[in-house]
Parts: sequence; structure tokens; C-alpha cells
Amino acid sequence: MTHILKKTAIGAVTSVILAGTALAGVESADPIKLTLHDWSGQLINTQIMGSILEEAGYNVEYVQADYIAQFAGLKTGDLTLAMEIWATTGQEALDEATASGKVVNAGETGLQAIEEWWYPLYMKERCPGLPDWNALKDCAEVFSTAETAPLGRYVGGPVTWGGFDEERVEALALDFEVVHAGTDAALFAELESAYQRQAPVMLWVYVPHWAPAKYDGEFVEFPPYSVECYSDAAAGINPDAAYDCGKPRGPIWKAAWAGMEDKWPGAYAAVQAYTLNNTEMSAMVGAVDLEGQDIDTVVANWMADNKDRWSAWIAE
Amino acid sequence: MALPRTALLWSGLFILTWLLSAWSKSLAEAMDLSWMVKYPTAWVFPLKDYISGAMRWLVEDATFGLFTFTDATRALAWLIEKPYELVRALLSSGFERGFGRDAVQIVPPLSWLAVLAGVMALGHYARDWILAAIVGTSFAYLATFGQWDSAMITLASVVIAVPIGVAGGLFLGIQAYRHPLFDRLLKPLLDLMQTIPIFAYLVPILFMFGFGPVSALVATVIYAMPPMVRVTTMALKAVDPEIKDFGIMSGCTRHQITWRILVPSARGSLMLGVNQVIMLSLNMVIIASMIGAGGLGFDVLSSLRRLDIGGGFEAGIAIVILAIAIDRLSQAFAERDGNTAPVSTEISVLRRHPRSFIVLAVLILSMSIGQFAPMFQTYPEAQTLTTGAFWSETVKFLNISYFDQFEAVKIFFLKGFMLPIKRFFLGIPWPWMIGIVVLLGWKFGDWKLALINGLMALFIVTTGMWSKAMITVYLCGASVLIASVIGIPLGVLAAVNKRAGAIIGVVIDTLQTLPSFVYLIPVVMLFRIGDFTAMIAIVLYSLTPAVRYTAHGVASVSSELIEAGVVSGCTRWQILTRIRLPLALPDILLGINQTIMLALSMLVITALVGTRDLGQEVYIALTKADTGRGIVAGLAIAFIAIIADRIISASARNARIRFGLEAAHD
Repeated sequence: MTHILKKTAIGAVTSVILAGTALAGVESADPIKLTLHDWSGQLINTQIMGSILEEAGYNVEYVQADYIAQFAGLKTGDLTLAMEIWATTGQEALDEATASGKVVNAGETGLQAIEEWWYPLYMKERCPGLPDWNALKDCAEVFSTAETAPLGRYVGGPVTWGGFDEERVEALALDFEVVHAGTDAALFAELESAYQRQAPVMLWVYVPHWAPAKYDGEFVEFPPYSVECYSDAAAGINPDAAYDCGKPRGPIWKAAWAGMEDKWPGAYAAVQAYTLNNTEMSAMVGAVDLEGQDIDTVVANWMADNKDRWSAWIAE
Repeated sequence: MALPRTALLWSGLFILTWLLSAWSKSLAEAMDLSWMVKYPTAWVFPLKDYISGAMRWLVEDATFGLFTFTDATRALAWLIEKPYELVRALLSSGFERGFGRDAVQIVPPLSWLAVLAGVMALGHYARDWILAAIVGTSFAYLATFGQWDSAMITLASVVIAVPIGVAGGLFLGIQAYRHPLFDRLLKPLLDLMQTIPIFAYLVPILFMFGFGPVSALVATVIYAMPPMVRVTTMALKAVDPEIKDFGIMSGCTRHQITWRILVPSARGSLMLGVNQVIMLSLNMVIIASMIGAGGLGFDVLSSLRRLDIGGGFEAGIAIVILAIAIDRLSQAFAERDGNTAPVSTEISVLRRHPRSFIVLAVLILSMSIGQFAPMFQTYPEAQTLTTGAFWSETVKFLNISYFDQFEAVKIFFLKGFMLPIKRFFLGIPWPWMIGIVVLLGWKFGDWKLALINGLMALFIVTTGMWSKAMITVYLCGASVLIASVIGIPLGVLAAVNKRAGAIIGVVIDTLQTLPSFVYLIPVVMLFRIGDFTAMIAIVLYSLTPAVRYTAHGVASVSSELIEAGVVSGCTRWQILTRIRLPLALPDILLGINQTIMLALSMLVITALVGTRDLGQEVYIALTKADTGRGIVAGLAIAFIAIIADRIISASARNARIRFGLEAAHD
């Protein structure tokens, strides 16, 4: 035990003496805290941003935090930066936080979120006319199970994701029953199970995600989303109901603690400049989730291949 | 003649309730009494908004003059964080200078060989070579299956959470022993700590203690501490009064009596409390990982997120293995005799502490050789085994070959069993249900129980939780029924057949420590999202106490009574049904009681597969960071648990009195 204590003491002393020597030219040596969630895309996104900041000489710390609960930490400055706030699922929380003045929207990540009803390609033979949503009017029964028959079964996301699927089914007069998965994992377990058996399935899929890379399939094409369609019953195909259109698509935002810009102006500029695109993100998510590569390796490869891009971001 | 009349009363009431439930809707419409079936939203008391408001004030404005409330909680967080960082650095990350990319490791973490030697030495010290081998094999498993790093992070949180839980529990338990008033105030609080799901108070904890491992540790301690408090109070009360009198006579101070006499005498029982704290802390790893504890729990979650069933299973099994190793170690310490033979100081230091020296030697050797040959420092990644593909393939095979059969079973259960129960509970008008709860309290307990039951049921109604509470009661009720039907016969079998008992013991131990999320996702694949899937998960998790208590009850029936049965010519079947089972009834009831508690604590997990009960309410509150909503829903779950617990405990006590196992007090 004394042995161990001695080691600790030495470690602590040396770290006090040497701290700060490696950090020249950055505004503050305090660690910038980036939040991690539990999906690979977000981990990759965050670790690339973290690596870039480290290259610029900043200290970076990764903190595990819940997607929505993290705003409490961003407001107080416990957490500094969240790299993926989806306009589709997190807009409400982000707007609420920025309205408080303690959190700022640090711009788009360049990634575009798409969320919609999705089916495996083999269902196209059983329901010709897809991806047009009108086809669902005639072949809802193809998607039914013993519990929902004669209605088709649509597996929606967790209730907290919103999505207005019950309203959509009603407004477009689709013969579907909406079943809510409790989590993302349960949602894709349904897909995996059905896909193994080539059984009928219709569910909520979003990109960037590994699922569209693993399974062949398509999004249903609903009438395109508009603000009026959601807010005004008169707009859209059904004159008596709102939500008679597809789900909104939108950017994935970066959100930061309002104090970040003052404390680490250089880092904040780099965060604002940072963008990726859906293609490269999908490729990286696939490499991690489908090919089983290490996230660290994937991030290191991106850093090596895109040196010009990120050098420009930190040079600004 | 009393018994048949009570039976008549209850069955009459049941039939009446059933009829009422079936016709309540049309009845309410006809008589314009729809408020009795569906509690009007306008009448809901907005308690959750008040709680959220109070929380906001506490975190943002509350101040004690010199410092704010937040300063105080953050200081506490700092106190917990520093030792945690130290242990984590020792076991997992090593000591580093600088941050991120510039970080240089000054001292590596303890080598895996050193940790292995250390736990084996502990095993040998606590009991014998067999235990050392068991613990050693467990840790070797963690290394060979590539779970070492995560397991060490989990171990680090356990190493910090357990002492805090034990010390806090001991302190509160001693206070409760000294001051009966404090004891009475503490008891309901402990009930709440054990029955409110953790998700319900995660959000306020995050507000108070910040993001990261500290909040996870605090949540773990809150969940794991209550058994320690209860065990402490009980153990101190059980100390022979003569020992205490002797202390008083020889002039001990109160402090001396507590620490030199009472606590050492109660050591054996206290260690049981420690054991419970360890097990419950390990139960928490999954939930703790959701708010930043990392480790094995995080591996389970992230594997299942990408549907890597095998990966999730392996990390889950690693948790079970770690739990078993620590459990066996702590039990061995509990059973170990306190007074070991004094060792002569004349022999050399080396001879007196042989184990410490061996461990130290392994530590120094492995870590210095490790500088040149890394395999002595960290287990080589190339040598790890995996069975991941096997598990994924098994689920795939079952899915493709037997899905139709599974589907048929599911439909049968849903239509014939679950849906009728659901309709029954959802149909009962709430004033009638409250009346029944009060009546049950009065019949089995006394007017106090009736009053408490009524108030708790009213709370659930007035906060607008009624229909979700009824779905909760239905889902848990159906699951407990099935768990009892499976668990009680298994318990009887375990008690009368030793070999079967050993196998059943291993299975239920595994079921209890294996994080339920591990089997939840494969069950979703085979049975789809829905109540049936939730029921399977609840049954698997809550089966354990039904088996364990039944086995205990049946096994501990006095042998004289059984001999008397044999002498009077009973067959084995008659001995079982006429002697063993009736006498084991109080234990079986307590087992069912515990099954209900576990079923309710599973609700939050089943919300993850899409149930629509109070668990979902808690889960929604968590994802929306809504303090008040989570706590109100959590309290509603706790109240259901407490009502069930009080009624069943009271009837178990009645049964014990009837069989003369306990004296009637009043």
C-alpha cells in the first residue's frame, strides 16, 4: 500500500510541476468538456472535434451525458460543447436553452437528419407502388401482424421523439396502427428480426445511422413537409386535419455553453467552422458498427486524410 | 366458522368488482358519472410543477448565507470525485500528466497480473485456496474475454460506492438504534429509497452534483444503502443485553459501548448488510452507465444499441462474474472468525505477511517487466476470446426457425390471460378501487393501515396518474402471478432435492445479477414490442425471491413435525401438501412480496421496450429532464409497492400467528 501511495504522490507532484508547459498560445488550460451519448455517429463526431481541438493545443475532456438532460449541464458550464443536437428531436430543448441566454447554437454540423417511415426493399414486391405513400392505402394489410390485423403495423420511435405518427395515420386515412418502441435499440431489434425472416415490417428509421447501410430499403415518400402542414389544418391534402405530410428534415446543430466563446475564443471559432457531410459520416458509422472497427482508429484515419480541412478551421 | 365467512366475503367482493369493471363504462354513461371512470384532468393537483419549481429554486437561488446550496453539493461532489479518480487511475487509466493528446502516462495502472494476484491473496486470506481459485478464475475470465478495462472501471465505482454506502448505513442505523423517534421517521424514508425507481431522481441528482461519475455514484449509494441501515438497527437490537450491561457496569462511555462492544458483537450480521450493499451497487451499473459511470454497463448499452447481441451478452456475463467473485469474497469475510490466532512478533516481517509480500513481488516484477514486454502489464488483445457470434447466431436461428411457434404462444397468453386482466383493472372506477384498498388495509391490519392505504391511493388519483397506475398494477400483477406459478414449485423442488437445488441456485443467481437489458433485446426480436415482451422480462427478473423464499420456508419446517407425519403414515405427497407447504406459507407470502417489489422496480426497464405504465412516465420525465414529473410518477410507483407490501406483510404475520410461529402482540 505504501508503495502505491508513494507512486501517487510522485505522480501528483510531477503533474503539478509540468502542467501547462505543453500549452502555448491557447487562452485557457482548463479542459473543454465535450458530451458523449450512446450512438456511434455522435461518438465519432465528438471525438473528431475533440482531436481537432487537441491539435490546436486545447485540453479536452469527454463526459458521458444524456441527450436532453445535458442541457442542464451546458447552462451551468459543467459541460462545454454538445456536437449533435438534431433539429428533428432536440430542437425544442435547444430553443428553450438558447432562450435562457446560457447556451448558444454554434451552427450546423453539415449533417442533415432525415426521419421517415422506412421499409426493407423486399416489401416492394408485396406492395407495388411504393415508395409513394398512396400505395399504402391499398396494401396496409400486407404490413399487419396477428395483433393488429387487418390494420398494418407501424413501429414508431419512443414517445419522447414525438413525430406525430398517430396524427399522420389519421390525417392521411392510412389503415395502420402505431406501436411505440421504448428505445432506439428495441426499434432496430424489430427490424433485425423481421429482416432475418424477410417478414413484413414498417418502421421509423433515421439517418445518419448504420441501419440503411446494413439493410436494403427505402423511405416512404409522403407529401413534403411544410410548417403550414403541421400548424394549419386547411393546408395539405386533407383539408380538415394537420400533419397530412411527411416528417420535417433538418440540420444537426452544435450547441455550446454561452461562456465558451469568452473563455476559449480560438476553440469556439474552430467549433463554428467545423462541418462534415452525410456521406463521410455514414461511411464512418458503417466502419464502426458493421465492420467492427475501433472508433479511435476511424477518427485517427479521418484526421490523417483531412489534414487540410481541419488545419484551416483552427487557423481562422 | 370464521374462515369460510371471510372467504365468502372476499369472493363476493371480487365478483362484484368484476361485474362493475365490465359494465362501468356503460353504467357511467347512463348515469352521467364519467368522472368516476376517468379522473378529470381539471381536478389534477399540479404537484409536479411545484416540485420542479422548488428544485429550480434550490439549484439556482437557495443560499445558506456564506455559500449557496449548489456550492455545498458541488463540494460534496468534489469529496467523492477525488478518491474515485485515484482508484480509477490505479485500476484502469494510470497516472497521467497533461490532457488529451499531450498526456503522458507517468505511472501505468496496476498490471493485470498484480490485480489477479491481489484478489487471489484476498481469497486465500478470507478462507482457503478454493476461494482463491474461484476468485482467480473469475478475474482471469475478465482478462481472457477482453472485458478487463471496463471491469476495472466498474470495480473502481464499486470500491468507492460501497464504503460510502456502508459507512452511511452504519451511521444512520446506529442513530436509529439510539433514538426510537429517529427510527420511526427513517423507516418510511428507507421504504421510499428502495421503491422509487432511480430514474425518477436522476435528474435532480444531475442538477445538484453535475455531470459525470459522481452523480452515478450518488445514485448508486442512495439505492444500495437502505439494507445496511435496516441490518444495522436489527443487528444492534439483537446483541445480547447482558453484554451491553457488562459494558455499562465496567464504566464504558456511550461511544465505547457502541464501537467496542455493540458493533463488534454484531459483526456477523453487519457483514450481511455489506454484502447486500455490494450486490445492489452492482445491480446499478447499467443505469449508472447511462449518466456517466462508464465501464461494463456502458459496454452492454452500446453493444445493444448496434444490435451486437453477443457483445452485450459477454459484457453482461462479465458483470455476473464480477458480482459472484465479490459476493463470495465478502461472504467469506462475513463468516470468517473475527479473532485469528495472534502471530508472534518474533518471526520475521516476511513470514508474518507472506501474502502481501507475494502480491508486492508480482506487482513489482510484472510492472517492471511490463515496461519491455507489455503482455505482463496489460493482457494482450490478440489473446482474447469471444463467444459473441455464437449468441447472435443462436438468436437468429431461433428467430428464423421458431418464430411462428413463439407467435402462437404469445397470442394465446395475450388473448386468454393478459387482456382480460388489463380490462378488469382499467374498468374499475377509482372510488371503488380506493374503497377496496382501504378495506384490505383494515381487514388485514388495523385502522392505521387502512388510513395510510387510502391516502396513498388518493395521492395517485389526484396527481393524475390513475390510468397509468392501473396499467402498472395489471402488468405487474400478471407477471407476479406467472412468476409465482413458476417460482414456487421450483422452490419446493430446490428444497426437497439437493442436486436440483444446486442447479436452480446458480440459475436464479445469474438471473438476478445479469442486467435485464441483455435479454430484453433478444426477447424483443422473438416476441416483438409490447406487453408480452415486458412481462417476460419482469418474470425473469422477479422470479428469484419466489424461488428462494419458498425453498427456505419448505426446508426449515421442523424435522420433528415431518417425522410425526411419517410415523402417522403420510405419503410423501401428503407430507408436502399437508405439512411442509402450509407451514411454509408465511415465507412463501414474503417471497411473493419481494417478487412484487422486484417486478415494480423492473418497470422503468420495460419502459425501454414501450410499455405505457408509470415506468414510461418516469422515463419520459428523465429524457425531458422534468424533475417534478419524474418524482411524482416515482412516488406513485413507491406507493403501489408500499400498499402491496403492507397488506402482504400483515397477512403473513396473521398466518404466522395462526400456526403459532409468532406470538400475537396486541
